[in-house]
Amino acid sequence: MSDTETKEAPYKPTSPNSKLDFESVWEYAPAPQTSDFVEVKERYDLFIGGKFVKPSKGRYFKSTNPATEEEITEFAEATQKDVDKAVKAARKAFEGEWSRISAKERGKYIYRIARMIQERAREFAVLESMDGGKPIRESRDVDIPLVAAYFFYYAGWADKLEYAFPGRKPKPLGVCGQIIPWNFPLLMLAWKIAPALACGNTVVLKPAETTSLTALKFAELVRDCGLPEGVVNIVTGAGQTGAEIVNHKDIDKVAFTGSTQVGKIIQKSLAGTDKKYTLELGGKGALVIFEDAPIDQAVEGIINAIYFNQGHVCCAGSRLLVQEGVADKVIQKLKDRLETLIVGDPLDKNTDIGAINSKEQFETVNKYLELGVDEGADIYQSKCDIPENGYFIRPTLFTNVSQSNRVVQEEIFGPVLTVQTFRTADEGIEKANNTPYGLASGVWTDKGSKIFQMGSKMRSGVIWANTYNKFDPTSPFGGYKESGVGREGGLHGLAAYTKI
Amino acid sequence: MSDSRIDVKKTYKMYLGGNFPRSESGRTYKVYDGDKNLLANACQGSRKDFRDAVKIARGAFSGWSARSAYNRGQILYRIAEMLEDRRDQFMKELGPIGFKTAEAEADINASIDRLIYYAGWADKYQQVFGSINPVASSHFNFSLLEPTGVVAAFAPEKSPLLGLASVIAPIIVGGNTCVVLASEEYPLPAISFAEVLNSSDVPGGVVNILTGFREELSEHFSTHMDVNAMVYTDKLPQEMKKSIDENASLNVKRIINKPIDDWYSEEAQSPYFLTNFQETKTTWHPVGF
Repeated sequence: MSDTETKEAPYKPTSPNSKLDFESVWEYAPAPQTSDFVEVKERYDLFIGGKFVKPSKGRYFKSTNPATEEEITEFAEATQKDVDKAVKAARKAFEGEWSRISAKERGKYIYRIARMIQERAREFAVLESMDGGKPIRESRDVDIPLVAAYFFYYAGWADKLEYAFPGRKPKPLGVCGQIIPWNFPLLMLAWKIAPALACGNTVVLKPAETTSLTALKFAELVRDCGLPEGVVNIVTGAGQTGAEIVNHKDIDKVAFTGSTQVGKIIQKSLAGTDKKYTLELGGKGALVIFEDAPIDQAVEGIINAIYFNQGHVCCAGSRLLVQEGVADKVIQKLKDRLETLIVGDPLDKNTDIGAINSKEQFETVNKYLELGVDEGADIYQSKCDIPENGYFIRPTLFTNVSQSNRVVQEEIFGPVLTVQTFRTADEGIEKANNTPYGLASGVWTDKGSKIFQMGSKMRSGVIWANTYNKFDPTSPFGGYKESGVGREGGLHGLAAYTKI
Repeated sequence: MSDSRIDVKKTYKMYLGGNFPRSESGRTYKVYDGDKNLLANACQGSRKDFRDAVKIARGAFSGWSARSAYNRGQILYRIAEMLEDRRDQFMKELGPIGFKTAEAEADINASIDRLIYYAGWADKYQQVFGSINPVASSHFNFSLLEPTGVVAAFAPEKSPLLGLASVIAPIIVGGNTCVVLASEEYPLPAISFAEVLNSSDVPGGVVNILTGFREELSEHFSTHMDVNAMVYTDKLPQEMKKSIDENASLNVKRIINKPIDDWYSEEAQSPYFLTNFQETKTTWHPVGF
């Protein structure tokens, strides 16, 4: 090989000596996903007893696309009367046709749902990005495939429940009230509905008020697949509608995913009753990076941990704890990597970080950015362009923070990372465990024995070792401490939907 | 010189951190037998006693939960051995509070058997209830059970020995530590049971037993921010049940409430009781070269 040939070798970005610079290597032409093939109605009604019905008070609320601030459609606001109607429909279905269908046939309906989601995957992905602001890359490659996978997985449990609970003959609970958040609208719906149906229950589900679109598209699918009327009911609305579900006397179980704050209110409302409940609540996940970790992979892991889905992830790794010897190197690489992230149109296939889900959340995250600065932290934000309209926030990290800072202790639910250092493993564990939450943690090291030791010492329901934010229907998910009660996914997720 | 001997009556104290202290409050309440004769002055535990007990239980948690399952099983079995050895003591405890000889015997037998039942689960529940999860991506992924932490418990009111043992065993066998409020009306067997625990290799602080009034302590049990779960097995008055459940929401305590009428029955023991006090932890690791 001659010298001249070496000189002509393509430029390879390295870090930190020369900054990562993807743009001089690849040009990013706009790569928008078309959305003209999806049909969005001007207004959506409630889905009760297998039919779309108007809300009793006739009130609707608007839904906006957070990336453009344009109105997409309107959703009905379900009041007490509507919720009652939905619960009655669910009860009727539970005691009627649904309880007479054999477990094997029940499973087949759920399989059918899974297949229909796969068939309409493109449409669901586009709608999910339009309504919620998440990058199409994620809704297309993560959300929707997982939605189908959860239905497939639980479909197969329907006729095998006695194997899930040794020594027991599981029975369904009845009518399940389910309230889901806006960060993974269709995925959370799948997590709730699939196991509930597999165990023979019927459901009344309320999607989040900012992201109800795919749930109503799902309602169309429920109707199309021939599921008996009333088995799945979908009521839209805000917190008040959710409260009507929680407090309805004919609901046997409440499943909630959302903030710890609201979870506590729900737990309190259910006090004194014999209703079952599962709560998947907030988190403040720690990422512990050891000196012996594969640093480049760790940096990619951190990026995935906190900037995935704009940081709107309950188990987001929002607290980086990096061992002192590699702290400077990791922080520098992280900043370099941050600069390469593309923030913008969720429907563009190049986009890494989409829009913050709603104006309200946009303001909450901005409030925390100010708070972090006020607390004396050093803020770093990437310098990328962001669109003029819409709710966009550049990926952000805070250094020079202490354990007691609010940005370290409180869940921000946005693309904001705090960075702290530690010296010994014990100090890393201490800091990792020092919040009221216990949902997820990450650890990066090349040493297997260290992974197992750290994994057993960190008090959280999920440990991602040398990876982060991975999900699978076979895999139980849920928190310790104030991150919730119960598990979803896997056979552990079934337990919450059966009498055993 | 008289030849009639005065018997020595035991002072019943509480059981905290492997010691037998009196209530810090200095309060006691009278415990009677079936014929209204005074049996003893039991300690009337206070909020401070409870807080001390939680602190002790938290301190004992890391050591106890780190014990091997085999070791915890052996220690539970050892409790059963000690109880077997002290049958006479418990015959004397149960007799005056209304247990006929045969009943007392049955109660002690069932208590011993129950401890052995749970001892056997110590190194088995993980295999039955843990899992390896066949995820679709290139990861090795498994779920195992871990103790939830410090558990506060109301022991059953009407089953002062068997009920107590049936509540404690599934909590501790899985690595949790606990603070238990003994039966209010019949607290004495609980303190004698503490002596059994104390002589049976259970590390101090793993089980802490208070005596006192439910009515007074229920708020403190349920509001304490360093208690991870609370269990009660009696059908409590609706008002008390509601307030315990409400208070639990302060720190998302796990509330376990399964009223059990008959502690001798099959439904009074189950590995599912044990899993009530366990969290499922799922660990992921990439697979590749």
